[in-house]
Amino acid sequence: MYRFHKLDKTTSTRCAVCKYFRRRCPQDCIFAPYFPNDNPHKFTCVHRFYGASNIAKMLEEIPVQLRAHLVESLYYEATCRIQDPVYGCVGIISSLHRQIQIAQSQLAKTQAEISVLDANFVVTNEPSSSLDESLVQQNGVDHGLDDPFNPWFY
Amino acid sequence: MEERQRVQPIDEEELARDREDQIYIELAGSSPCASCKLLRRRCAKDCIFAPYFPPDDPHKFAIVHKVFGASNVSKMLQELPIHQRADAVSSLVYEANARMRDPVYGCVGAISYLQNQVSQLQMQLAVAQAEILCIQMQQGPHELPTTHHQSLVDCDMKSLLLSGNNNSSDFGDQMMPQFMSYTSSSNNVIQDPLKRESLWT
Repeated sequence: MYRFHKLDKTTSTRCAVCKYFRRRCPQDCIFAPYFPNDNPHKFTCVHRFYGASNIAKMLEEIPVQLRAHLVESLYYEATCRIQDPVYGCVGIISSLHRQIQIAQSQLAKTQAEISVLDANFVVTNEPSSSLDESLVQQNGVDHGLDDPFNPWFY
Repeated sequence: MEERQRVQPIDEEELARDREDQIYIELAGSSPCASCKLLRRRCAKDCIFAPYFPPDDPHKFAIVHKVFGASNVSKMLQELPIHQRADAVSSLVYEANARMRDPVYGCVGAISYLQNQVSQLQMQLAVAQAEILCIQMQQGPHELPTTHHQSLVDCDMKSLLLSGNNNSSDFGDQMMPQFMSYTSSSNNVIQDPLKRESLWT
């Protein structure tokens, strides 16, 4: 004999939030579009730091087309807080600020090097003196006169 | 003279609050912390919020309570050793402020913006370093020896490429691409949260 269990239509269609709270999931459940029942971890993460009532209030306060983004950002912040309970995603922001400072100083240094190289280039492209020309003519060989500004020349 | 004689309407609620505060003071021996004041409860001597939410800054707790809720904040603090709680509170205040400024993206908007800045700077740096190579090639082999300088540039390029991959946790790398093109709707300056002179305390 097979036992037929009473099918609970709401069980299979409950969102992760209503499943968590073991309650009926109404058709207009504010959480249902953003917390599907196939990803319970998402809600447990967010609920741990924000609480269901706060999440509901936040969802109610913003337009429908932006609610998915809100939920994703809350999930991201909650996950960062799980990984780093002290600083959360603020640690990432701080790290990015440091990277920006390093990149800015490297860029400034590189641009200064370009200026120096440009200045050297302008100097070495000036026409050579008559004495140098006579030396070349005398030997008949162009020795490729070295740049007197080249430090290894000395 | 007329201003002094003007009679202010009695605010019954404010009077009741003042009476309650007085009771708290008499029982606790000191002013209740901002959290107990907001939650209208007795501020115990071992109140977990008291060291971090002094009564002279009610806005700090109000904003954290609005975003996270007092019970959640209490649980978070209880899970941390005492010496880390001050920093945790500061980071929560920062996140709550970011969420108030940008209700949709919060801190994630700031992260996306900063990552864009890092990418742009790295591109500018790569272009500048390529320009150096071009100048060196134009100037010819009798200029500065390229061997040493070339190895320096290669090192810079390597560290540049490596640093671009290490800016966040593994999870952050998985999540962030979908926010990369976001530009925050708020125009507030995003300051380094760990610089004390900016948003902390």
